[in-house]
Amino acid sequence: MLKTLVMQIKEFKRDVIVTPICMILEVVFETVIPFLMASIIDNGVEAGNIQHIYKVGGWMVASALCGLLCGILGGRFSSRAATGYARNLREAMFENIQSFSFSNIDKYSTAGLVTRLTTDVINIQNALQMLLRMCFRAPFSMICAMAMAFVINARLAAIYLVAVAILGVLLFLIVTSAMEYFQQAFPKYDDMNASVQENVSAIRVVKAYVREEHETNKFKRASQNIYDIFMKAEYKVIWNAPLLQITVYGCILLISWIGAKMIVSHTLTTGELMSLLTYCMNILMNLMMLSMVFVMLTMSVASARRIVEVLEEKSDLSNPENPVFQVKDGSIRFENVDFAYQKASGEPVLRQVNLDIRSGETIGVIGGTGSAKTSLVNLISRLYDVTAGKVFVGGRDVREYDMETLRNQVAVVLQKNVLFSGTILENLRWGKADATEEECRQACRLACADEFIEKMPDGYHTYIEQGGANVSGGQKQRLCIARALLKQPKILILDDSSSAVDTATDSKIRQAFAQGIPGTTKLIIAQRISSVEGADRIIVMDNGQVNGFGSHEELLGENEIYREVYESQKSGGGDFDEKAGES
Amino acid sequence: MAGPKGMPASVRRKGFSQVENPGKIFLRLMKYVFRDYWKHYLAVMALIFVSVLANVQGTLFIRNLIDEYIEPMLFDSFLSSLTPPKPDFTPLAWAIGRVGACYAAGVLATYAYNRILVGVTQGTLRNLRDDLFSHMERLPISYFDAHSHGDIMSVYTNDADTLRQMISQSMPQIFSSLITIVSVFISMVFLSIHLTAVTLVMVALMLFVTKKLAGASGSFFAKQQKDLGAVNGFIEEMMNGQKVVKVFCHEKENMEKFREVNDQLYHSADMANAFANMLGPVNAQMGNVSYVICAIVGGVLALKGVGGLTLGGLASFLTFNRSFNMPINQVSQQFNAIVMAMAGAQRIFQLMDEQPEADQGYVSLVNAKETDGKLTESQERTGRWAWKHTHQADGSVDYVEVKGAVVFDGVDFGYDARKTILHDIHLSAAPGQKIALVGSTGAGKTTITNLINRFYDIQDGKIRYDGINVNKIKKDDLRRSLGMVLQDTHLFTGTVQENIRYGKLDATQEEVEAAAKLANADGFIRRLPDGYETVLTGDGANLSQGQRQLLAIARAAIADPPVLILDEATSSIDTRTERIVQDGMDKLMQGRTTFVIAHRLSTVRNADCIMALEQGRILERGNHQELMQKKGRYYQLYTGNALSE
Repeated sequence: MLKTLVMQIKEFKRDVIVTPICMILEVVFETVIPFLMASIIDNGVEAGNIQHIYKVGGWMVASALCGLLCGILGGRFSSRAATGYARNLREAMFENIQSFSFSNIDKYSTAGLVTRLTTDVINIQNALQMLLRMCFRAPFSMICAMAMAFVINARLAAIYLVAVAILGVLLFLIVTSAMEYFQQAFPKYDDMNASVQENVSAIRVVKAYVREEHETNKFKRASQNIYDIFMKAEYKVIWNAPLLQITVYGCILLISWIGAKMIVSHTLTTGELMSLLTYCMNILMNLMMLSMVFVMLTMSVASARRIVEVLEEKSDLSNPENPVFQVKDGSIRFENVDFAYQKASGEPVLRQVNLDIRSGETIGVIGGTGSAKTSLVNLISRLYDVTAGKVFVGGRDVREYDMETLRNQVAVVLQKNVLFSGTILENLRWGKADATEEECRQACRLACADEFIEKMPDGYHTYIEQGGANVSGGQKQRLCIARALLKQPKILILDDSSSAVDTATDSKIRQAFAQGIPGTTKLIIAQRISSVEGADRIIVMDNGQVNGFGSHEELLGENEIYREVYESQKSGGGDFDEKAGES
Repeated sequence: MAGPKGMPASVRRKGFSQVENPGKIFLRLMKYVFRDYWKHYLAVMALIFVSVLANVQGTLFIRNLIDEYIEPMLFDSFLSSLTPPKPDFTPLAWAIGRVGACYAAGVLATYAYNRILVGVTQGTLRNLRDDLFSHMERLPISYFDAHSHGDIMSVYTNDADTLRQMISQSMPQIFSSLITIVSVFISMVFLSIHLTAVTLVMVALMLFVTKKLAGASGSFFAKQQKDLGAVNGFIEEMMNGQKVVKVFCHEKENMEKFREVNDQLYHSADMANAFANMLGPVNAQMGNVSYVICAIVGGVLALKGVGGLTLGGLASFLTFNRSFNMPINQVSQQFNAIVMAMAGAQRIFQLMDEQPEADQGYVSLVNAKETDGKLTESQERTGRWAWKHTHQADGSVDYVEVKGAVVFDGVDFGYDARKTILHDIHLSAAPGQKIALVGSTGAGKTTITNLINRFYDIQDGKIRYDGINVNKIKKDDLRRSLGMVLQDTHLFTGTVQENIRYGKLDATQEEVEAAAKLANADGFIRRLPDGYETVLTGDGANLSQGQRQLLAIARAAIADPPVLILDEATSSIDTRTERIVQDGMDKLMQGRTTFVIAHRLSTVRNADCIMALEQGRILERGNHQELMQKKGRYYQLYTGNALSE
């Protein structure tokens, strides 16, 4: 895990190394100051030597300035190291996600990926900054102060050594026992946020059932739960400050007492005593700081783990060594195809599928939920790889093609499709980057999207909001179809992608396809019989197997499932006007 | 789900707004924090005072250590150097004992105030969460339609988090720093006015530099927040559409765009952090310079004996100088946390300032029983309901039986007051009738149903429910009398049983099962691993679309309302499941006045009255036969010969 993380430092190696050096130098100058201070009191004030005060004072100011320079540089470098590292992490993750295959994508939830790229990276950024600035500074500062203390008087300094040991052990115990509670608290936090999310999206249900109070009480219980856990953790943590005080105060008193005796017996000067007392605070504060760094780092381990998971995820699809860049035609052939989402143990989704589709044919695909219609067509553009058997497009195994070539020639309009923020034209040009406006219009005409686009105030320049929030479900689907058409593919797959379009428009689109792109092989997955009955041939899927393959009339005659669906839809179970769409 | 169409885009919140009046927000936040815990805060202040006092005592002791205890002893031993007597350590022992006692009190006070403070901090955060949530629950639907869910969520997560940082870290820090500053300042004045003046000059300089640096980093922080928003937005959008990206081989373009926004974020974050990081060393070293200057000035003063400054006094003063600069440094370190918290607080208060749903209704829903041919109120559940209408003029009470008659009379409505969506809608549903609303997307079907249960209020006209203007009915009671099954099924985290019981919280196990049976859900529920006790998470993600719909129907069935609003599901479910769902819906509709946004042929055909809507107007009304004969819009829709919408 560490190796993967370290690899992403890249061009910021220098900053990562320089920062601790700056911080350490800053500490050196800081430690020198009390030492010089003692000299001012002993040799300057007590000896009545004002020149000495000026001279040493000058040294002190110089040290302060050097310290300042180091501090600022340290801040500068650490900031660049941390934010730059965060940038590299995000970029590396994003890049790796771009290489994900569909099955890689399926493994992660969208929200999960977003959190990893945002919150988790910020956590790591903060942790790295803290690590660079404090992790070397604090122990070094402590060691320096300790060394100085030993130089002044080893016997008295030994007291600090004991104090540090005791306090260190106690802090460690406190922090580890509190961490246990903190780690319990975070999942509870997630749960609570999930419940807010749930309420925001289901607010209509809450209001319709007048359950505002019920929900509020539920929330209050979750909120109280978090309170309780945090209190448990905090009750441990609050021991930190008094413990530190006890140690500091104890040291001060002890050193005062012993120091006084030593001064009386002339083995210590008053100036040295003053310096020793100054170091006391310094040493123990740094110990405290270390315990905080420790907490921060442990908390960020979870984030680091989540990031590494994404970074180390390997795409399970890869381009062949000598890829083919030409797809001959739009013919499709399935040869004894088996397919499972989980390669090793998974239940097969498709079993023994054999199909032969000629270039330019229009094929309907029908079948109940879970009958693997989508899985079937996803194999054609190699969104997944078969478990056994072969899928041929244009007479060649799909695994021989360059993936980009294949996917440009096999256009899929996904069931769960999205538009991106940007103008309609920009969205359409996803299909073909250099498409002229006329080409876009042409595609929209085929998809029956031109009418509503032209009615919009800005026409093709209308801005689509994120996720296509400002167009209706049916409009969105038609835009997605137009976008796929712009690729001028040899095979076009519509995965239930006109379900929100009303029946009339749906049939218009199909007519337009028949006339506009006769040479393209068209696969249409649908729930409505009316959407597929005009196809050349229809595949009836049932439970992962091809149950029937033939024309509407043939299937009506011989295929039981097809007949059943047909009858139930024609006899009043079907749709009235349109399907999805939004409120 | 997106907001209803017609909602002006300007209503949606965009980006990160600058904090307009941080001072005012800060005061308001303080008021909020002190509201519930002012007694605790008083105690904390007193305890911090004790703790600081103990610390100051200790510092003063160090002065006395040299001047009053060590020096006299040195003098003694010097005088009698020939016959050294044992120096008398008794006064020192006593002094150490006294200071030790002070320290002990200080440690106790530190522990006590920390303990109180964590309670206050966590309590405040809990109250804040609770207040936010309960306020949010009372907001009108229009709020949820106008704000993206992500924005609302970020108030709970990001904004509340910045406040947590501030309340749990910055506030106690500032608090104890302030008290330290004040008490150390007083001690310093007592020790030496001259040196205090020197220290103050340096502090002023420190504050000036802090302000400059914080200003510079603040503007970069604002830019960083903006860039962070852009990166988050981009990531969210692309992760959502990752499969589409793959299908269109858009990975490279995506990567380029991402690099662009990512680099921008890097630059602003780098600068923001670099400036923020400068603050610490600059202040610390200026503190050191202040220390040196005090030492030099103090040394000169002590040598010349000006202002009664002694060597021990100087030593103490220098310690104070440290203790004075340190809290100032610490407070300035908190500056950025506070600025960010103010931005968060602003958004939190914005949510809290949203007007809750108004309700001027006074007609309430009561259980009723009939005695002597007259309806009277009953305390028990009788299965019959009545509207209790208390007349405002004379205080007399009328009871009207709840039957479920709904009348729209010349209703106009628009989500935006300037843009009317429904025009002059007239419709009436007699008790038990089934009204089907048909029409293309955006015709206003859902809008009509939103008005019956007053998710939105109409602009003109009247809606009457059993002859009573719905505006006069208490909203909660109105909604209790209306059942709703929405197009998008939403389930809650909890067991299947709890989800069904959502419709009637005190329902017995038998009632739950009966409702499930009515909705045709009983069968699949029993096949679940834990039956009715199966836990659903993530909006019922472990169930199929059809099963979730069945649960939603069961939930409505158990509430047993006289009036139903149904938005027929449109998602692609297979024919067999669909038939089961349909059958469940039919059973639910029996004997209830039903408004159904219809997509299924069977529903439409069985309706008592069909309203064909187009662009917010009712074009045609009548039953199936009548409308088919009319050969109008309905006929077009039905036969599929319609022109595109």
